[in-house]
Amino acid sequence: MKNPTTIERKSDREVVVTRTFEAPARIVFQAWSKPELFRRWWLPKSMGMTLVSYEADIRTGGSYRLEISYQGSKPMAVFGKYLEVTPHSRLVWTNEESPDGPVTTVTLEEKGGKTLLVLSELHPSKAALDAAGTGALEAMPETFGQLDELAAELIAGAAPP
Amino acid sequence: MRAEDACRILNYMVQYIGSRLDASFAALSDATRRGVLEQLGRSDASITELADRFHMTLTGMKKHVGVLEEAGLVTTEKIGRVRTCKLGARGLEDAAAWIERHRELWNARFDELDGVVEELKRNERNERSKKRK
Repeated sequence: MKNPTTIERKSDREVVVTRTFEAPARIVFQAWSKPELFRRWWLPKSMGMTLVSYEADIRTGGSYRLEISYQGSKPMAVFGKYLEVTPHSRLVWTNEESPDGPVTTVTLEEKGGKTLLVLSELHPSKAALDAAGTGALEAMPETFGQLDELAAELIAGAAPP
Repeated sequence: MRAEDACRILNYMVQYIGSRLDASFAALSDATRRGVLEQLGRSDASITELADRFHMTLTGMKKHVGVLEEAGLVTTEKIGRVRTCKLGARGLEDAAAWIERHRELWNARFDELDGVVEELKRNERNERSKKRK
């Protein structure tokens, strides 16, 4: 039986996700901070995405970069820096692939052999959080850009030989 | 590390390739209509106001709004002699659904993490019992 995952919009700028793991914090931290372990779970199979490449220097001030492909599409890169890495208890990183990406903080709190994981995504503004949620129009120019490209491809593909 | 962003954008695209391709895609493929959506994201507006804003005839703007309306991106309401335009329900539904989709993403991710964590626990136990022998 899996533990539930909860989510809450804490404020205009912050979304918080929690989950308990049936293991000590050092084990959860290990799964997060060892690249060969991390790449096994970060992209769930159900999402239909594959990790094309992953580089990470997991220490305070280090950086990371992932390339993700969705159903064989051209890979997209996500990247940023670790602002803080404290073994077994805290990871803080930036998300720099978009100009006003959030800062993500993960804390691990061990109690009686279990670990409560709290993940916070703090956006620079309400508009930035709204934009991260789809439907927000601030997020649309990028999407529209991709739609334009896709439209061009579809039109090219639909043209008679 | 917002893989979900990439996923979301791609989902949009897949969605548009599907059943709603004709209406939504046509509606979104025009720069003026995208401008109208952005404008309505800031505040509701009458067709006259939109026509002025985009330096267009009333008839021209009516056509654009009609296309957006058909695609479900905009709704209009006539009060007296003024037709007011606002963002359609689809945008609003998306915003409400996002938080749940975000939860599902993390849940799926943490289910996989659980698997890795269980394996690490098993390995540790095995190591310990080996040492004891």
